[in-house]
Amino acid sequence: MDAEAPAIQRRVSRKSVAFTDEKLVVDADGNVTMVPSPNDDSKDTAMSHTPRTPPLSAALGAFTDASQAPVADSADGATAPVDGSLDLTLKKKKKKVVKKDDEAEEGDEAAAPAGGEDAIDLSMKKKKKKKVTKEDDEFAKKLEALNLEGKEGEEAPAAISAEDGAQEGDMEKGTGIWAHDESKSINYVPLLSRFFVLLTQKNPDHASSGTRSYKIPPPQCLREGNKKTIFANIAEICKRMKRSDEHVTAYLFAELGTSGSVDGARRLVIKGRFQQKQIENVLRTYIIEYVTCKTCRSPNTDLSKGENRLYFITCNSCGSRRSVQAIKTGFSAQVGKRRKMQQG
Amino acid sequence: MSIENLKTYDPFAEADEEGGQTVQTQEYIHIRIQQRNGRKTLTTVQGIPPKFDLKKILKVVKKEFACNGTIISDEDSKGMGEVIQLQGDQRTKIKDFLTNEDEGLALDEKTIKVHGF
Repeated sequence: MDAEAPAIQRRVSRKSVAFTDEKLVVDADGNVTMVPSPNDDSKDTAMSHTPRTPPLSAALGAFTDASQAPVADSADGATAPVDGSLDLTLKKKKKKVVKKDDEAEEGDEAAAPAGGEDAIDLSMKKKKKKKVTKEDDEFAKKLEALNLEGKEGEEAPAAISAEDGAQEGDMEKGTGIWAHDESKSINYVPLLSRFFVLLTQKNPDHASSGTRSYKIPPPQCLREGNKKTIFANIAEICKRMKRSDEHVTAYLFAELGTSGSVDGARRLVIKGRFQQKQIENVLRTYIIEYVTCKTCRSPNTDLSKGENRLYFITCNSCGSRRSVQAIKTGFSAQVGKRRKMQQG
Repeated sequence: MSIENLKTYDPFAEADEEGGQTVQTQEYIHIRIQQRNGRKTLTTVQGIPPKFDLKKILKVVKKEFACNGTIISDEDSKGMGEVIQLQGDQRTKIKDFLTNEDEGLALDEKTIKVHGF
């Protein structure tokens, strides 16, 4: 059970701001997480996804070894491929064993109502995990066949099915806890994962929009001379964020405590040396502050000047409207030779 | 029988109090960084509540961070209030100092805004 907690958290934290190349993901609170490769389509099974949830994957890995061995034995006779299409006879057997276990479990549960859930996990784990891992594979494949076109939606179902792995029974086939005449109450976590599986199946559009991280092209920084930085693709980024260049520029200057100008090719020339990473951080805070909707976290918002000089963000997807702080430069110390000139 | 809503809620008194509170919470402490020549930087701290003595803070901070610093007076900072200016990038250190309850000012972290890259 506790193996699923990180998986769920990951899913939540994916709602975020990311730079397409970097795979650095920041959620609205500003937490930075490194996502290995969100858009990797090469993965085709749940097994290859599971490393994202270390405890579960460790458990699965430990058990696949055990399950692979008997399969290989039987495969010698049947000449069946080891991994994908496991022979059905084995599965049937497994299921029967599982059922028996179930009954034994219920006895156990009656005996120890307080620690009932733990007891289920402990005694069932061996049999269950074996069965689940291969069903998981098929399940994930099915899901991915459904969701191949939406490359961001692709990841979520796999994670969910991996989560499902710790549960007993297959939802689609109606076995285990999902059986029609099963009277045992289903835990919250499997119910929740069922909801998300169904959501991604029936309504992939909706689910993917919820988990998509907001991506903008990474800022391109060039050095002009020794003391100036050129932010080359500011126009592109502003277009992507649907904000005016001036607004973004003002924010950048205020945050970096510097000044600059726009050159002929609409590139921004910033005084001072700045790394791409530093510009990225500032853009990230800008997006959190001025682009994403605080209510639904959608980046599909408009910034407009309302009455009495206040800026308002209007969200196009949920319709909420909130005022945002005007950009304030604050105190900036005079640096360099100008200071003497001013005083003298 | 009384209507509870009307009984407990005095609109004007509440509004006054709330107004005072929001003004206080809106007064953020801004920690900024500024680039100087080369890899040198300045850290400025703006908006420390007036109940603290900036001179004493500066004395402690200078010793602790092993950096020099100065207080920019209100007129020099062009109406931004008194500002502590420290040499080098002391943003995380000064934030820790401001929020530290034992050796610092024990301020709320929410009132502090760190700017810059």
